[in-house]
Amino acid sequence: MTWLSNAAIERLRDVADWPAPVGDRYEILEPLARGGMGTVYKARDRELDRLVALKVLSAIALDDEEAASRLQQEARVLASLEHPGIVPVHDVGVLDDGRLFYVMKLVLGPRLDEHAAERPLAERLRLFTRICEPVAFAHARGVVHRDLKPENVMVGPFGEVLVLDWGVALLTASASREAAHVVGTRAYMAPEQSRGESVDARADVYALGGILHFLLAGAPPDAAPLSGPRALQAICRKARAPAPDDRYRDVLALSADADRFLAGAPVEASPENAIERAVRFARKHRAAIVIITAYIVLRAVIAWLAP
Amino acid sequence: MDLPATRHSVLAAVRSDDAAVRRGGFESLVAVYWKPVYKYLRVKWRLSSDEAADATQEFFARAIEKHFFDGYDSTKARFRTFLRVCLDRFVTNERKAAGRLKRGGRETIVSLDFETAEGELRRHEAAVAPDVEDYFHHEWVRSLLALAVDDVRAEYEHAGKAAHFKVFERYDLDDLDDVHRSSGAAPTYASIASELGLSVFDVTNYLAAARRAFRRRLLERLRAICGGSAEFEAEARQLLRGGLR
Repeated sequence: MTWLSNAAIERLRDVADWPAPVGDRYEILEPLARGGMGTVYKARDRELDRLVALKVLSAIALDDEEAASRLQQEARVLASLEHPGIVPVHDVGVLDDGRLFYVMKLVLGPRLDEHAAERPLAERLRLFTRICEPVAFAHARGVVHRDLKPENVMVGPFGEVLVLDWGVALLTASASREAAHVVGTRAYMAPEQSRGESVDARADVYALGGILHFLLAGAPPDAAPLSGPRALQAICRKARAPAPDDRYRDVLALSADADRFLAGAPVEASPENAIERAVRFARKHRAAIVIITAYIVLRAVIAWLAP
Repeated sequence: MDLPATRHSVLAAVRSDDAAVRRGGFESLVAVYWKPVYKYLRVKWRLSSDEAADATQEFFARAIEKHFFDGYDSTKARFRTFLRVCLDRFVTNERKAAGRLKRGGRETIVSLDFETAEGELRRHEAAVAPDVEDYFHHEWVRSLLALAVDDVRAEYEHAGKAAHFKVFERYDLDDLDDVHRSSGAAPTYASIASELGLSVFDVTNYLAAARRAFRRRLLERLRAICGGSAEFEAEARQLLRGGLR
């Protein structure tokens, strides 16, 4: 048997899954991340002289037709969704070794779960509403993501967000065909999705509720209790209602409620009683109330001092 | 399709009622596991080289006779973990029964080159992982990769493509670590081309083809010794990391 040194072992483990050359156009530079069905590499597009990200089907999945068709579907879904919050696809193809790949814009930045900690609440909420935008856009084009979670959101240097990993996204037109196949991440998955039932955009509303939970509590819904302002907790609970009919009707309604909280307005998820309304009113108009109160006090003092 | 469509499971073979099939399965299993077992006995159980050689033969012989592996359930553990637990139990029982492990007296089931294994052990003694479970795993990886390399060599020799393997050997199988590689000590496409009388274009093509053949052989070997597709996928993902460490 051939003797293999430790260095040779390390190298073989690295190169065995390394993509075969992709013609003359793309030069694979380094691996960036690994998902369930493929690895994303940083690559150079020699033709256009720019850096790109190249997602390649894992060698392990070579004889897995379902994995190949998912990667293909992911590329198609991404290509059909032109939105600043969704990474654009430039090219698709097959490597010399038969593996599918697609080329997309290279975006580097921390994931939401790495970025959100220690950020002020208002900033976390603004990030949340930005995440809702591309998801709502996809829904409008009949695409349900089905695996929304903080790890699948990247935050750019200017606070822009990119929703990634559309590998299990579903065209709602084919929902019944796909219904029996349970895909996604348990902590963020809607109950109907866990049960293998057909899903619609409200499954993503549920997952977004999970992301909001993460942004409020600093951990996934199954790892830490909900915390934060009562109105935000109510938004989160409504988004994560077990029955789809009890959730927000769509992502825009969820996002609008978060926006209402940011604007100091009452939220749809939590009807206020008179005291809460008064407190919120006082908070919102704090400056005016201070001025009016000061004015009344001043007038009273003047009236009292007057002969 | 890169993987062969049909591949008999070694684990199914070792549990076969047909003695010839069972023996064939065991030979394939022993080919992957004997070195990790021998080295593990030397490192964890501190057996002498002779004791470890005898215990390795005895363990596999007993496993055939007593159907050690019939109880393996792929939903509970990976096979390599199961085998290591069987090995620990075997050594413990032997020691209890006889005060020490029995020496010799058993017909060898396959001819194993323990001297080479001992030489390898000395060669990488300093790099032995402090955790014996990690050590066993690392040696299992070494054994599996080495067998796949042998398969590729045999495949190319049989096909009269020795140059393909030579390129793979020169570029990927040397013992230079990453630091030395990046410092320029590693062979380049050009240097290998010059050494073997090939064009640089041939070198890159041969290397890509040899790596593909290596991956195919490795996954074929791995699939055969896993208890099912879930175990295979988990092991393969851990084994092939595509440059991500």
